[in-house]
Amino acid sequence: MNRQLLLGAEAVAQGALDAGISGVYAYPGTPSTEITEYIQRSKAARAGAVRSSWSANEKTAYEAALGMSYAGKRSLVCMKHVGLNVAADAFINSAITGVNGGLVLAVADDPSMHSSQNEQDSRVYGRFAMVPVLEPASQQELYDTMFHAFGLSEAMRLPVIVRMTTRLSHSRAGVEQRAASGQNPLNAEYAPERFVLMPHNARVQYRHLLDLQPKLEELSEASFLNRMVEGSGPVGVIAFGIGYNYAMEARTAHGLDCRVLKIGQYPLPRRMVDELFAACSEVLVVEEGYPVYEELFRGYFGSPKVRGRMDGALPRTGELTTDLLASALGVELPETAAVPGIVVNRPPELCKGCGHRDMFDAINIAVREHADHHVFSDIGCYTLGALPPYSAIHTCVDMGASITMAKGAADAGLRPAVCVIGDSTFTHSGMTGLLDAVNDRSPVTVVIADNDTTAMTGGQHSSATGSKLVEICIGLGVEASHIRTIVPLRKNLEENIAVLREEFAYDGVSVVIAQRDCVEKAAKEKRRAAATGQ
Amino acid sequence: MQKNIILAGVGGQGILSIAAVIDWAALHEGLNIRQAEVHGMSQRGGAVQSHLRIADHELFADLIALGTADLILSVEPLEALRYLPWLAPGGHVVTALEPFVNMPGYPPMEEILAELGKAGRPVQVHAAEIAREAGSARASNMVMLGAGAPFTGIAPEKLEAGIEALFGAKGRDIVDINIRAFRKGLELSNT
Ligand SMILES: Cc1ncc(C[n+]2csc(CCOP(=O)(O)OP(=O)(O)O)c2C)c(N)n1
Ligand code: SF4
Repeated sequence: MNRQLLLGAEAVAQGALDAGISGVYAYPGTPSTEITEYIQRSKAARAGAVRSSWSANEKTAYEAALGMSYAGKRSLVCMKHVGLNVAADAFINSAITGVNGGLVLAVADDPSMHSSQNEQDSRVYGRFAMVPVLEPASQQELYDTMFHAFGLSEAMRLPVIVRMTTRLSHSRAGVEQRAASGQNPLNAEYAPERFVLMPHNARVQYRHLLDLQPKLEELSEASFLNRMVEGSGPVGVIAFGIGYNYAMEARTAHGLDCRVLKIGQYPLPRRMVDELFAACSEVLVVEEGYPVYEELFRGYFGSPKVRGRMDGALPRTGELTTDLLASALGVELPETAAVPGIVVNRPPELCKGCGHRDMFDAINIAVREHADHHVFSDIGCYTLGALPPYSAIHTCVDMGASITMAKGAADAGLRPAVCVIGDSTFTHSGMTGLLDAVNDRSPVTVVIADNDTTAMTGGQHSSATGSKLVEICIGLGVEASHIRTIVPLRKNLEENIAVLREEFAYDGVSVVIAQRDCVEKAAKEKRRAAATGQ
Repeated sequence: MQKNIILAGVGGQGILSIAAVIDWAALHEGLNIRQAEVHGMSQRGGAVQSHLRIADHELFADLIALGTADLILSVEPLEALRYLPWLAPGGHVVTALEPFVNMPGYPPMEEILAELGKAGRPVQVHAAEIAREAGSARASNMVMLGAGAPFTGIAPEKLEAGIEALFGAKGRDIVDINIRAFRKGLELSNT
């Protein structure tokens, strides 16, 4: 027996490798990052020349995966839920073109927003694009599902989503591996009638996608991811994804005997759902995410039979737990100890010795010399600059928004219009916004916090840092004399404040690149060198 | 057999090295494991915890239900208190005594000890000091594992084998220091 302890994310990676992928494309994002990192470390992946380096963003990743599929090979593309917003255009349209080699999108949602701006539910994207969505409930199921997903993708010639959530992605369990399949041969096909989405082709393809839907539903009826756990009593449970785990845990721990319909493949297997609703007078709908299917079951006029997140049987937001399920099923839970009143929160903070600290010290002093001192910012470690003692930034919306929001505010008359963006966020989606600012001659000062890595998600390679960033800014049309490089160190504080002052006063586009390596990155490299004995 | 264990600490303190040893031993015992970790934002000095479940039957949930943890093993005293709602009646608390202060309002040690005292008889460990005696302050997590070992449902020899396996690549010296640290922790709980 070959049983390894794997994170859910790693089970996806190992499953994809064993299913014969030729490449993985991804931009980091919690809780999806570990999928790609696992493939990057894998000896088998190296032996099979599986390409795996990071993409600039989720859209470029998705499109490259589609290109690999077009060429006949199996490709995996990974991202966090909000990453799918960035890749949505490519994703939705790839459902219309269809695929050639298997294309699987592994997307990790973050209910409870442990490390995210929202808790959007990627299953909605699956419905929107009308492609199969697979939602396994355990690490073993994740592994097994990858074989199934690639097979399904090639059989239906559609992209397939594998959706997981934080809990499963970041939890370990024993996983049994099967024999690996080989990679597909190169087999690009001339099929402009599918891949050239001009209206006359797109209409035909869209019709075809609609016609496939009954077949997809049929496949769901037969899927190993969907099954009924028999039971008795008037209350039944329909449990989606890892909602099944909490339902089964509550059922076992509290000696319940309710029927549980486990759902792990969409579109819904209608016959199975009908059967449950026919057998029960009340159905608890358990979804780790939005009440997507609960809302459908209720319908516009409501159904008294349906319980779930929308009537308060379960909370409307956040992750599920065994206790929430037990309560919803009528179990009286014993009192448990309270958290003592003296226990204060321990929020995350910038590391000791982090260059972002010295950067914010300088920005705070320079910007507060102005009556209006808004600082637009973005997503990364530097977002922690929003917390005390710095309280230095005033926005963080979506990747890249710092530059464009500063531009809009500058257009409205705000002076100075200052923004702070990390190196990886800049290449992810800041460059196009900077081009807008240059074309409009909007007076903005863009501070690029260049720590030579994608730190927030654990120190992945960043697409452009150092001199490459300077060249990009010059290429986009920023005047060379207004591209300034500073080193955010305590001893340079006065000098750095002076540079910022000058650029805040300049009536055009300026870029200040604050260059200092992330200390965690350096420590990680040292550990890696020690481990490999170099 | 089923054990629910909460490992607690501050991001960067390395509680996952404790989890990795228990996991290794449990896997080699043929047991089922579910071990939920915290990755992401909180790893930067925030409160982190790992729910670790082992059993000889099928486990469903990755998270431990309230009031059902057999052991809270914390490498920081305030963090031990944060998870008391999970402690089962008769469950054990094992905690290191070195405070990690990186936020305002950190309560005085006496108050922490008083609250800990209400949770039965917690095992209190001067982990860093004992680890230094064993050869390196960096082995304090293995002191804590040793102190928690009797409540994990896994024999100490199996855990030691786990330490051998996981630290092996770092050389004999590192393995020996960590085994010594583990044994010193174990002594504390066994006496
Ligand atoms: C669309 C999208 N993709 C990915 C993420 C996850 N994410 C947040 S910050 C970040 C990296 C930031 O790196 P960088 O800009 O270099 O800043 P650093 O953390 O290094 O300071 C990533 C990948 C996200 N929030 N949104
Ligand atoms: S990981 Fe790097 S960038 Fe992030 S806070 Fe620590 S030193 Fe700063």
